[in-house]
Amino acid sequence: MDRRLTLPTLAAATTVVALAIAAPWLKFVFTVALAKGLAVLGILLLLRAGQVSFGHALYIAVGAYTVAFLRPAIGEVLLLLPLAATAGTIVGFAVGLFVARYRDIFFGMLNLAFSMVFYSLLEKLYAYTKGTDGIRVPRPTIGGVTLDPVAYEWAVLVGTLALALTLGWLVSRFLASPLGQALPAIKTRETRLEFAGISAKRVLLVAYVASAALAGLGGGIIACTTLHVTPLLSYWTHSGELVFIAILGGAGSVLGPFLGAAVYELVRVYAAAAFPDAWQMILGAVLLVIILFAARGLWGMYEDLVLRKDRRA
Amino acid sequence: MAKLTRRTTLQAAVASTLALPALLPRQAIGQQKPSEIRLGISTFLSGPASVFGVPGRNAADLLIEQFNRAGGIGGVPIRSIVIDEAPGVDFLLGECRRLVQNEGVDVMLASISSGSCLAVAPLAEQLRMPTILWDCGTQRIFEEASYRYCVRTQANAVPEIVAPLLYLMKIRPDFRTLAVLNQDYAWGRDSWAIWKAAMDAVKPGVRVVAELFPRFGATDFSTEITRLLALRPDVIFSTSWGGELDTFIRQAAERRLFERSTFVLPLVESSLERVGKTLPEGVIVGGRGDHWFLHPTAKDTRILKDFTAAYRQRFNLYPIYPTFHMAQALYGLKAGYEKAISANGGSWPSREQLMDTMRGLEFAHLTGTMKIREDGQGLEPMLIGMTKHVNEYPFPVIDRMVLFPPELTMNPIGTKGLDWVRLLTPASVQRAPAEIPYRA
Amino acid sequence: MTLLLFLAILDGLAYAAQVFMVAVGLTLIFGVLRILNVAHGSFFAIGGYVAATLGTWAAATAAAPVLALPVLLLAAVMVGGVLGPAIERLVLARIYTKEHVLQLLVTFALFMILEDVQKLVWGVQPIFQDGPVRALGQVEVGDIIYTAYQLYLLPGVALATLFGLMWFLRRTLTGRVIVAVTEDREAATAMGIDANRVYLLTFTVGTVLAALGGALASPTTSLVPGVGVNMIVLSFAVVATAGLGQIEGAMLTALLIGLGRSVAVYFAPEFEVVIPYIIMVAVLLIRPHGLFGRPELRRV
Repeated sequence: MDRRLTLPTLAAATTVVALAIAAPWLKFVFTVALAKGLAVLGILLLLRAGQVSFGHALYIAVGAYTVAFLRPAIGEVLLLLPLAATAGTIVGFAVGLFVARYRDIFFGMLNLAFSMVFYSLLEKLYAYTKGTDGIRVPRPTIGGVTLDPVAYEWAVLVGTLALALTLGWLVSRFLASPLGQALPAIKTRETRLEFAGISAKRVLLVAYVASAALAGLGGGIIACTTLHVTPLLSYWTHSGELVFIAILGGAGSVLGPFLGAAVYELVRVYAAAAFPDAWQMILGAVLLVIILFAARGLWGMYEDLVLRKDRRA
Repeated sequence: MAKLTRRTTLQAAVASTLALPALLPRQAIGQQKPSEIRLGISTFLSGPASVFGVPGRNAADLLIEQFNRAGGIGGVPIRSIVIDEAPGVDFLLGECRRLVQNEGVDVMLASISSGSCLAVAPLAEQLRMPTILWDCGTQRIFEEASYRYCVRTQANAVPEIVAPLLYLMKIRPDFRTLAVLNQDYAWGRDSWAIWKAAMDAVKPGVRVVAELFPRFGATDFSTEITRLLALRPDVIFSTSWGGELDTFIRQAAERRLFERSTFVLPLVESSLERVGKTLPEGVIVGGRGDHWFLHPTAKDTRILKDFTAAYRQRFNLYPIYPTFHMAQALYGLKAGYEKAISANGGSWPSREQLMDTMRGLEFAHLTGTMKIREDGQGLEPMLIGMTKHVNEYPFPVIDRMVLFPPELTMNPIGTKGLDWVRLLTPASVQRAPAEIPYRA
Repeated sequence: MTLLLFLAILDGLAYAAQVFMVAVGLTLIFGVLRILNVAHGSFFAIGGYVAATLGTWAAATAAAPVLALPVLLLAAVMVGGVLGPAIERLVLARIYTKEHVLQLLVTFALFMILEDVQKLVWGVQPIFQDGPVRALGQVEVGDIIYTAYQLYLLPGVALATLFGLMWFLRRTLTGRVIVAVTEDREAATAMGIDANRVYLLTFTVGTVLAALGGALASPTTSLVPGVGVNMIVLSFAVVATAGLGQIEGAMLTALLIGLGRSVAVYFAPEFEVVIPYIIMVAVLLIRPHGLFGRPELRRV
């Protein structure tokens, strides 16, 4: 891993654990935030290629409903989560074959369309999905052990943290690889990429399937954390939320998504507590300020601060 | 409030080398009388369902002030903390944890959305958090699981649908065709499933000519209305609510659909003031329970008159069913605490004592008394009637009212509502009480 | 059967007119600014709210039926004329040089802010102002009753908007300048066109059209919190299906969606919701750049 990232990563992971010890309710909030962070990590891959998916909540919902549907048969987190990621991968591949041919607005809107069709299906297939009432997920075992609620929450949080670290590292390696380096080329001059003998479509498809797998995993974790899934998970505003988090955190680093997700959840909680009638406005204002004055996101702000300090020293 | 919380969190984080005590809920330590009862309320403050959520919150504000002026509950004032359930289950469950573990909330009043209630109830068990389900309608909660820390101070979807059906059978037993237009989400589907099963039991052979489920949040029903105009069903059944119900009523009235079919609108009580006399006479009206601001047996009582007057003065609207549901939750909570305190020899009850008292509790609220069953389900009569235009009000009032008792419309403990309604017979209709006419 | 089909077509046309009015402003803005404006739904909702407020005021005056319709247009011009330039100058103008995703998200942020603004100004109770519908009365087709508003006025306004815009874009100098920027921004700027003015103008016109869509919808529907949210997805689908900035494409797409939806309601109600998406996917499968879209030049 990039050595500059080691220190902040460790500091962030320690902070998450320390805060979760101090305030038990944050265990839940951070687990959900990290799970969304995984999905945002996928968004980041696509952003590198200059593509914005306005439908990645689809894969969160696919992962979450995979867990919900399989839970009666499989009661083990260590099986359910890989299955959620697999389901995300499969759906991502099928949809990706189609959408990887498109760019910009068409790419974004087709993703939106698929997520909205899935959302409608979750409501229409009421007999199987219970519609908006959602499906309850009885607490699964972890590694064959039935844990009490508090231990379970700790295990899921620590597990998610470990996954975030591992997958964050993998994604940063991927971005440094030749395939990963091809992504920015799609954004700038796709034709040049093709002249170099690389299929832009294939590059984008790989990134897309990876992002779907990450979101599927994130959705699986969300289902294992909330223990109740509803179709709202796939609604387009939640897709927008993922892009929001990506920009808030900063697209410049794999730490950005997790930083962004944690800050997003905390801002939302405190905004909702202080102004129950206008929390959305506060979130919107935060986003507006970030874009207008710190377009590289929180990570960019951190970089500026640290770099400036380095220069001074 | 936010600043304080953040500061406490940070302080706790600094001093958290010995962190385990922080995991213990505030209440588990002792049972001395608290300085205040902290009441967490989850409701819709944004999105389309805020048409119910905000009146519910308003009723809570009003009643909590009234309670506190009169000494609170057992001498302890109430403080409410309201959270928005609109962002979805993952947010709501985080908020519930925050309220319980950080704000030290003593009781939760949970949720309008059935999905929210289904998600919150298991968490309440886990956190040992006394929870009153104040407005959600699904019958699945107590049918599919049993909860020690959850009760519901209102009825559920089964009586809310069976009662209007029995009323229709009583008023207009000769109908042969029916169409449904419900919102396409769990309540729309659930309520139709209950109606269909019950109708097939009490009146087999009714032909369903159209099942229309426009998407949730639809803004235009003109295509559906054309279809209904062409099909001319005897009865049109719709459990829609809020803006969509208003839109449907207006568009149907403009195109004279009301002249061709009898409408059964089990939630229309909450739209009456808004749609006004656009809604013609002769429409079957429900309001999800035993309440209306001109309730036939309670309309002259001090308690209801004062509440209606105070609510109107402050919010410039007549109270609608979610305000009554909120009142039921608060009156129920007060009665539960008071009974538990006296059973406890005057000292403050534990959470478990409170919740054990809530079961089997009979309490008075704005429009009458109701009971909470052993499984936690509230037993509430159903007020169903028919619209009538009078000069005193610029909107329809409810005439020919029938108060269906819970014995007639609610499935017993241990049965599933959807199975139980199949056992209804035409005789169930005969057992309905007599009509009460509207009196000014 | 034929009568049924005929009715379905009438309903479809009325609905198509609404869809077109919702989407045309967004199409125009996207064509010129290349910004997918999420706040479009908010403009729609605010247009509706303002129209309802003005309508309630107009209904109280003596000239009620006469004022009912002009009030709708007035509301749209007021909302668009104030919000459009303000947002374009204060917010959008700062991000034209930045990445697409930031431009998209800026409008998402505006949408979140405006959503709560609506709630704070107009509350959460559904608002309904059907003066214009009542002013125009009813029409009978066979034994089915329609409102004249739905059958004549909405399609009429949609057609007037379509032809008005076509005339404006093709026959006036300002319009041609806008088209030039739509076709090739760089070349247009190189030829001395002041792109900033074009952006300001287009965004304002687009906002007026969004607000007009809302104002026209307000007499037939309840305004509730979240009414704008639903419009966004629908108009996005129209823009993508139509092809970038293609007004005629938007009309054709609206017709397809309107007719598809009403046929679905008649013969397969369960499919109604997904009709716009099915149409979009089908169109993009055959024509990857939308109905009237042309592939952009591939630049090396």
